[in-house]
Amino acid sequence: MLVVIDYNVGNVKSVCNAFRNIGCESKLSCRPEDIEKADGLVLPGVAAFGYAVSALGTLAELVKKLALAGKPLLGICVGYQMLFDQSSEYGPHKGLGLISGNVVPVPDTQVIPHMGWNLVKMPPDMNLFAGLPEEKHFYFAHSFYADVADAGAKIAYTDYGFQLPASVQKGTIYGTQFHPEKSGKAGLNVLKNFAQICEQSPERK
Amino acid sequence: MLTKRIIPCLDVKDNRVVKGVNFLNLRDAGDPVELGKRYSDEGADELVFLDITATIRSRKTIVELVEKVAENVFIPFTVGGGINSVDQIDELLRSGAEKVSLNTAAVQNPNLLSEAAQRFGNQCVVLAIDARRSKERKGHWQVTVKAGSEPTGLDVVEWAVKAEKLGAGEILLTSMDADGTKAGYDNELNKAVSDAVNIPVIASGGAGELEHLYDAVVKGGADAVLMASITHFENYTITQMKEYLASRGIPMNL
Repeated sequence: MLVVIDYNVGNVKSVCNAFRNIGCESKLSCRPEDIEKADGLVLPGVAAFGYAVSALGTLAELVKKLALAGKPLLGICVGYQMLFDQSSEYGPHKGLGLISGNVVPVPDTQVIPHMGWNLVKMPPDMNLFAGLPEEKHFYFAHSFYADVADAGAKIAYTDYGFQLPASVQKGTIYGTQFHPEKSGKAGLNVLKNFAQICEQSPERK
Repeated sequence: MLTKRIIPCLDVKDNRVVKGVNFLNLRDAGDPVELGKRYSDEGADELVFLDITATIRSRKTIVELVEKVAENVFIPFTVGGGINSVDQIDELLRSGAEKVSLNTAAVQNPNLLSEAAQRFGNQCVVLAIDARRSKERKGHWQVTVKAGSEPTGLDVVEWAVKAEKLGAGEILLTSMDADGTKAGYDNELNKAVSDAVNIPVIASGGAGELEHLYDAVVKGGADAVLMASITHFENYTITQMKEYLASRGIPMNL
């Protein structure tokens, strides 16, 4: 069973709706025992970074511990940004530090927020994108982005006047800056791939 | 490259989609969930649902509607109409809306924009402006509130600039003069606002022909185009709009 971590931020239900639509069971929960038992974790997020971090509270350490032990984790939007070291959104605020890098403002030479459907180039070795074409549009809505500094991370980029990391994978830690749950069929495909990754995970109990 | 967005707008009254001309003479246009799903299947980039009654009773109905839409539609959607507190925003976002649009309440209490942005991020705070062309000052527009019934004396461009600073992440700019006329967007208005701010501007009011959409993007500098009548009454499909714009060199998600 997948657990979508319910930590009092917006849009958590949309992620569960999307999993239900593709026939995957997911549970919305903030209980540590559910989180520990899960085959995989989803950290969603429509919130400001600082609010999201404080709302996650003591669950942060647990999520970090489980992710480091190999339980598949998918962070979405702010949930993805929280995987990094820190963010300067109304901050600085510390993140989970699972992937090296900082969350910084999108340069103001562009319209901000980066809002709408942008084309993501998906490297063939990122299994989150298995079965998808080389490039596809996904829905973005954010003003900050993760400046990835992790040599061990695979990155899919989108072009927003510069190469903006759209999705990152480090081992079984995954993240998307875009919203797969709001990106139509291509997005549902990404969630399906994540569900499959969790099913095949050796961590699965 | 970021694509331009096609956004059908569904004005909702008593759980039905309705559409008027210059905010009056409402016609029934169907069931909001069914219509929303149809537009999403046809390739709409986003949807906007506006509760045009915005009464205490309709508030509950709109939350239920948001839940139903979110179960059936997997593209982003904005909900607006009568929202005036952070708690209401929280409820709507938790019910599945991606963004909320604030209008009258933001004029009455501009701090609501900052409070919402600091809690939810500015990407989910849409400022809706109903603009009426000023008779006295050429090239100026006045902000009107309460579904366009009340002039405020605020200048549209000044208000947009202020709202961006406070925390608005997007502007839904409706020309009340053009709304429902199908005579084209007010691109002088769109240009004035999109030049003055660095957040996305959604052009709204007046779409009747495919060329109007092109003009809003090219002449008006809009990041997205919103329409109601021309999709509800099936003058054009979303696919036709997108193919037309793409054929004229506008980046679209087709």
